[in-house]
Amino acid sequence: MAMATAAIELRNVTKRFATPKGGIYTALRDLTMEVAPGEFCAVVGPTGCGKSTTLALISGLERASAGEVLVMGEPIRGIPDGIGYVFQTDAVFPWKTVLENVAAGPRYHGTTGSAARKKAREWIARVGLAGFEDRYPHQLSGGMRKRVGLAQSLINNPRILLMDEPFSALDVQTRTLMENELLAIWSATSASVVFVTHDLEEAISLADRVVVLTAGPGTVKGTYKVDLPRPRNVAEIRFQPRFAQIYEAIWSQLRDEVLVSYERQKHAAAV
Amino acid sequence: MNVRSTLLPSSVDTPGGRPSLAGVGTQDGATIASISSKPEPGSLDSELAGRRSRAARRRRLTIYGLRLIFTVVWLGSWELTTRLNWVDPFFYGQPSGIVQRLWTWITEGTALGPLWFQMAVTMEEAVLGFLIGAALGVVFGILLGRIQLLADVLAPFIKGANAIPRVILGGLFAIMFGLSVWGKAWTATVLVFFVVFFNAFQGVREVDPNLIANARVLGADNRRMTTEIVIPSALSWILASLHISFGLAIVGAVVGELFGATAGMGQLVYNAQHTFDVDGVFAGMFVLAVMALVAEGLITVLENRLIKWRPSRVSGEVPI
Repeated sequence: MAMATAAIELRNVTKRFATPKGGIYTALRDLTMEVAPGEFCAVVGPTGCGKSTTLALISGLERASAGEVLVMGEPIRGIPDGIGYVFQTDAVFPWKTVLENVAAGPRYHGTTGSAARKKAREWIARVGLAGFEDRYPHQLSGGMRKRVGLAQSLINNPRILLMDEPFSALDVQTRTLMENELLAIWSATSASVVFVTHDLEEAISLADRVVVLTAGPGTVKGTYKVDLPRPRNVAEIRFQPRFAQIYEAIWSQLRDEVLVSYERQKHAAAV
Repeated sequence: MNVRSTLLPSSVDTPGGRPSLAGVGTQDGATIASISSKPEPGSLDSELAGRRSRAARRRRLTIYGLRLIFTVVWLGSWELTTRLNWVDPFFYGQPSGIVQRLWTWITEGTALGPLWFQMAVTMEEAVLGFLIGAALGVVFGILLGRIQLLADVLAPFIKGANAIPRVILGGLFAIMFGLSVWGKAWTATVLVFFVVFFNAFQGVREVDPNLIANARVLGADNRRMTTEIVIPSALSWILASLHISFGLAIVGAVVGELFGATAGMGQLVYNAQHTFDVDGVFAGMFVLAVMALVAEGLITVLENRLIKWRPSRVSGEVPI
């Protein structure tokens, strides 16, 4: 399904790292995948299969060792315009207030201070943090810091939003809440989302399509359409029979990879 | 977010030890306290709060009491043994003699002129050395931290320079600058520079790579990256080094004065030593310690201003 207008295209991408011991570690091998404009794509796979590396390649933070990465049809050089990245760990700037944190993106793109702050206030309100503009990150809870991170990325109107297990550190209730809010905000934009997670339930509840990666070096094991209706309520969608069917289909594939990864870890620990 | 340990060249001593232990354990408590609401009078909360503040007061009193006892025992035994001539006060001084000497200095002036003038001279040298050394240390630390090539090229020179017992340079500066303020100021500068430099460098190197990645994706260019991400992040390291380095600046100024000066606290001590005035040496030391502690207090105020984004430090007075 070669679409000329794919938002993101990875063509036979391989990524290797030199290890400190002088060896070579292959994180991704011959990975090919596409994300359509406006599509919500989840990437799942066992630990260490190169999920985060995939995002780093799309964002331009890392370069592919072989193969091509195209964003909006263009091979990437440096960090492409219109990318938002929500990191797994806290990446908000601790010395900036919530307002300054959210306003950072527009300011870096040359917007004047007052215009950037005005826009930031709007986004702070949209992620439900109105009234917390002048707080510093250490004064907020983990969930609130995630909201700041989300607003910080979304204020740049990204056409592509990369999310690296963004909610994995949150408690289950906060997480469900954040997932619903993410879907609500996303539906109001036309952004493509690549959402990396190790949680298959989360992947199915959120995404239009789930890509399963093999145990490292990662490559695509299979992609699955999630034909659940939208708008979705993440807290309830798991009880639909269709959800269980999709879950079973994907899990039967994912399970083998998880087992491979687990055996390897055991082996590595034993050596 | 936490109190950073400072990278100290092993050859350097640390005058004016700071009560840095106070901040560590209490940070979380302080944060929680600032979020929670005020207890209503008569409630269980207010009773608990009252009990806690009473306990804190008791503990504070105990600590001040023990400090007083320690001081009395220390100075008392010194005074007593020298009075009874078990220890010769000519060589070891005597607390009452030191106090008397201080009093004479304050009321009648020193052998070199008024006491305040000696303090001002030394302070001027130390402040100049501190400012120049800290500024150079911060600039070079950030440059070398940001530019890998520069760091690789200069590394052996810096290591070599750091290996020199730097007070020796005081003699060199005395030749270069004669009796002027600059000989002392430069001695202080070289002492301050390395401490600040190593901290700034390390601080730049330790910036969270996640924050760098985030800023890059958000569109920060190199200049913004340095000013908005790297420098604020390295600031806690740099400020921690300033605490130690003001003490070092005073050491540099005093050592510089020993190599040749007409005024200053170091010269005063030197003078006292050469007239076998042990009480004068002790009195000079005392004045220098007070100067270092006052400066250290001012730096703490500056630090709290500059890093107000950190979890609030100890708000009230907490015993160390």
